Amino acid sequence: MDYGLTGDSSPLISIYRRIPDVAMPPGRGFSFRDLYSYLSSEPEYGVSKNVEDKTVKLEDDLLTDPHSFPPTEMLSSVQNPRILLLQCRRHHHRHRLPLPPKPYLQTTISSSLHTSPPPASQIGTLRKSLLSREKTAVELAETYLTRIRLTEPQLKSFLHLSDNVLRDAGEIDRKIERNEEVGPLAGVFVGVKDNICTADMPSTAGSRILEGYRPPFDATAVRKLRESGAIVVGKTNLDEFGMGSTTEGSAYQVTANPWDLSRVPGGSSGGSAAAVSARQCVVSLGSDTGGSVRQPASFCGVVGLKPTYGRVSRFGLVAYASSLDVIGCFGSSVADTGTLLYAISGHDKLDATSSKREVPNFASAFITQDFSESKPLKGLRVGVIRETIDSGVDPEVISSIHGAASHLEELGCIVTEVSLPSFSLGLPAYYILASSESSSNLSRYDGIRYGNQAVSDELASLYGDSRAQGFGSEVKMRILMGTYALSAGYYDAYYKRAQQVRTLVQKSFKAALDENDILISPAAPSVAYKIGEKKNDPLAMYAGDIMTVNVNLAGLPALVLPCGFVEGGSAGLPVGFQMIGAAFDEEKLLKVGHIFEQTLQGCSFVPPLVADGFAC
Amino acid sequence: MALTFFRGIQTRPIWLYPSAFVATKHVFYCTMKSTQTQTLEKQQPELKASANTQSKTLDNILTDYEAIIGLETHVQLSTQTKAFCSCPYNYGSQPNATVCPICMGLPGALPVLNSKVIEHAVRLGLALNCKLSYNSKFDRKQYFYPDLPKGYQISQFDIPIATGGYVDLDLPVEFGGGHRRFGITRVHMEEDAGKLLHTGNGSYSQVDLNRAGVPLLEIVSEPDMRTGIEAAEYAAEVQRLVRYLGVSNGNMQEGSLRCDVNVSVRPIGQLEFGTKERLSCFHNLDEENVEIKNLNSFSAVQRSIDFEISRQVLLHSQGHGDQIVQETRLWEEGAQKTVTMRKKEGLADYRYFPEPDLPEVVLTKEYVDDVRSSLPELPEMKRRRYEKMGLSMQDILFLANDMNVADFFDTTIAKCADVKLAANWIMGDIAAYMKNEKLSINEIKLTPQELGELIASIKSGTISGKIGKEILFELMAKGGTVKGMIKEKDLVQAIIEINPVPVRKEEIVDPLEIGKLVDKVIAENPKQLEQYRGGKTKLQGYFAGQVMKESKGKANPGLLNKILVEKLNGKS
Repeated sequence: MDYGLTGDSSPLISIYRRIPDVAMPPGRGFSFRDLYSYLSSEPEYGVSKNVEDKTVKLEDDLLTDPHSFPPTEMLSSVQNPRILLLQCRRHHHRHRLPLPPKPYLQTTISSSLHTSPPPASQIGTLRKSLLSREKTAVELAETYLTRIRLTEPQLKSFLHLSDNVLRDAGEIDRKIERNEEVGPLAGVFVGVKDNICTADMPSTAGSRILEGYRPPFDATAVRKLRESGAIVVGKTNLDEFGMGSTTEGSAYQVTANPWDLSRVPGGSSGGSAAAVSARQCVVSLGSDTGGSVRQPASFCGVVGLKPTYGRVSRFGLVAYASSLDVIGCFGSSVADTGTLLYAISGHDKLDATSSKREVPNFASAFITQDFSESKPLKGLRVGVIRETIDSGVDPEVISSIHGAASHLEELGCIVTEVSLPSFSLGLPAYYILASSESSSNLSRYDGIRYGNQAVSDELASLYGDSRAQGFGSEVKMRILMGTYALSAGYYDAYYKRAQQVRTLVQKSFKAALDENDILISPAAPSVAYKIGEKKNDPLAMYAGDIMTVNVNLAGLPALVLPCGFVEGGSAGLPVGFQMIGAAFDEEKLLKVGHIFEQTLQGCSFVPPLVADGFAC
Repeated sequence: MALTFFRGIQTRPIWLYPSAFVATKHVFYCTMKSTQTQTLEKQQPELKASANTQSKTLDNILTDYEAIIGLETHVQLSTQTKAFCSCPYNYGSQPNATVCPICMGLPGALPVLNSKVIEHAVRLGLALNCKLSYNSKFDRKQYFYPDLPKGYQISQFDIPIATGGYVDLDLPVEFGGGHRRFGITRVHMEEDAGKLLHTGNGSYSQVDLNRAGVPLLEIVSEPDMRTGIEAAEYAAEVQRLVRYLGVSNGNMQEGSLRCDVNVSVRPIGQLEFGTKERLSCFHNLDEENVEIKNLNSFSAVQRSIDFEISRQVLLHSQGHGDQIVQETRLWEEGAQKTVTMRKKEGLADYRYFPEPDLPEVVLTKEYVDDVRSSLPELPEMKRRRYEKMGLSMQDILFLANDMNVADFFDTTIAKCADVKLAANWIMGDIAAYMKNEKLSINEIKLTPQELGELIASIKSGTISGKIGKEILFELMAKGGTVKGMIKEKDLVQAIIEINPVPVRKEEIVDPLEIGKLVDKVIAENPKQLEQYRGGKTKLQGYFAGQVMKESKGKANPGLLNKILVEKLNGKS
């Protein structure tokens, strides 16, 4: 097969023998020096002064901004506890580190204004209708398959659809008929990112080099899902090997954002996020190495959860950067996301880095209660990461985060700003570590045992051609960068230094989380951008990971949930905010997230594409 | 050249999953043409280890030079499963019969360390008198080769599990003897690669991944050896150690013990090496000297080094020192010489970095103490103990060479105190029997307890040495006890009755002398002789007693009885 890459193949591959001679290919618009300059620049410890200045400015804003008071639509929601708090807000701010008080949500876009109930657990609804025999699993499956048939031509979220959905659904129906026990995820339609191995479907990681590759085993997470009764609908699209932030890096197709088909869904788990957003499946699995679950969740207006490193087994996850990779969860509600996490968590003897810690049953966090009566999150200390609401971030995104912070405050949280001095160092450190590990992890794709093999009459060119034809340009670039960073003579300047930064990042998170229960930040510096917009500007794309990579470096759990909209598309574009918790404290994130979501009013995060609603 | 590529793996019962591979044969195929070129040297002087025309002048030159030799030894551990997965490893299995997604490096598969590997590493580290790293880790050593499924080998780089030890050994008497101590730079854990099978016509090679992921310990010595025999004896001591410790079968033929040798020479008194300095240990870059591979026996280690020393010295003495380059040379057993396998173009960069899929290896003091207390008596301790017993070095080296032989000896001497006799019996008749029958000491039917009994019986005079030897062979072949055997054959009862005094200083063993005494007694007792020949054979005991009396108790009872019976029965 001709991939149109054969012409320039051999020089690229020669790097595996003689690394230091190879310079970056010219005209990439990105050089390794750019990353290095990040690393070598002094960390900005002198932030405090700037912040003071900003505080003053923001208070000026408060005085002059006509939107400083709650917009009228908020007043119409009588049960919103926020209203009760409004009077005392100014008072609060004088006593604490001032948080820019923008006590409104970015819900000014008209189409999202219709009042809608808070997102219900689809898993719960589905289970109820199955067990009450209101609907059969086959009927439900057909609903989803129909929706996939309708939306998939425009969205392209799936690389492969299972042939066994109806068979699996039928099996669940028979079990229910016989009054047999069914698993907690019985009949739940799950999309699985294509870099997670499934024995009955191809697992290509979005790469040509694994085209048609069918693993002989299920990833542990997938095995657990199946054991819980879930039905794997198909394999979702991604940037090749998870390397990218737009899903444009897939070797097969570009996935569209359900909120605006001309925009990217984010990445690399763009397929999984788009599929949940468009209700092509109930929940989905993604993977998060530097934000690959959280950023697309924000772009697509769904809940995305990156668990603590070690919480979920990586066995069967095609490795990108082993020390950063985690399997993450998407859902349309916090409850669904948490239920999915519970199903896949726990120690696995096949993954030496998986934790032996007990997994708490997150269900207790989702008990529906009347949140209007009291401050359900009273006393919870929330830190807004100052460096994430700084210049370089969309003002509208910043407003949404302020809105979310206000909402948390109304729920009883004590919101303050915190500074993570090492924050800006995370991005270059991340790209060095991730590239280094990926250059090693991707060595196994040599065309000898599986995957596409080039025809060649000697070994070096067999390796060279197979890899040149099999890998896309972004992957090649990262392999080159990683190979360079690990080379003799460069190791100390890059890899070792990046590891030191990683330690620094871990320490500053630890300090901030000692002072706060959770930290919040935007999930991405912008909302979904146009397809092709950043394709030829890798540095701009890498910069988009600034909000998320630090969390991977520290190995912490983080939950992204939609909190508002900004203008764009036909119905506005969703904005997500990120809550970061202490290691293995997913329970707290889910609890706070659930309350936040259930009390957030006036927002419906169902994209316009889903014409038939999402009743099921 | 038209080439076809096949890849495949046989679907076997062990392979429970539907496979992505097309089943064709037991092996993978790929081309392997340019990687292993064996260039024949043209300008270099032809050397043969056996050529004696040159040897006289060479011997003279050799005395002006000194060789610096270091060894890297790979020990394949005899764990039940591989280092990072649950596949077994059995030498000689069908190709690709014991493989799984993990040792094949399939996407998504992760390594999980077999804890036995740590235990074996700690055992060997302690036995080599090393300092253990209580916090060590695994690293990835990266290079491309078809027998390396992941594109990297899981190994240890900057923090090996054990460092800075030594081995003590005694050189064989025939090589001049002497005690030596050689330094151990480091011991580290790593995984083995698969095997390539090169086809006859060279158009493709086949990959067998059975061995991929099998645990190895690499032992790097200090460059402390100066001769081939020292290096070979060092390797033999390592083999003894791993066998004593039970960490490996140490079999060189099967590749369970593999030696790579580094050799360079320098004029005596000069500190610089013939090739650039630094013999071992800095693993990120290839070692900078001549390395010899393909050594399948200790004698190959010895002879290849001696050849290589001669080759390098000759080049130096002829002013061609610049022709000695950093390279890997292959020992050709048939031609008895080393040939260039590959020259090192620049330095290989393995881009080591910490293995992120495996947690750090943390040892606790209790764990190490437990392992230490479970160590057996090691060869060096045994040799020193035997030395104190007064055994000769030849005996010591023989007995301590094999732990089972040493144990047999130790059990034997627990029963009878004569260590010299026990050593002689084991090294003489028993060793010969084992060699003839191709049996190990544990396979012969004789137990050390019975050998002790046998020696005790001989010493006490219950039986003669000759009878003892007969009994020994029966015991080795059929088993049984010494007492049972004596009773069964009714060998010496009379003597026991007549001559209970066991201690005799000058035993008469000369058959002629005993014969004379027998003749005398027979001549003096014609009446008894008549009765005996008339059927009263019990009188044999009477005659024997008379002869013993005549010899003042000094006649060897076995010989006596034998000669007596012959004479009584009228022969000769």
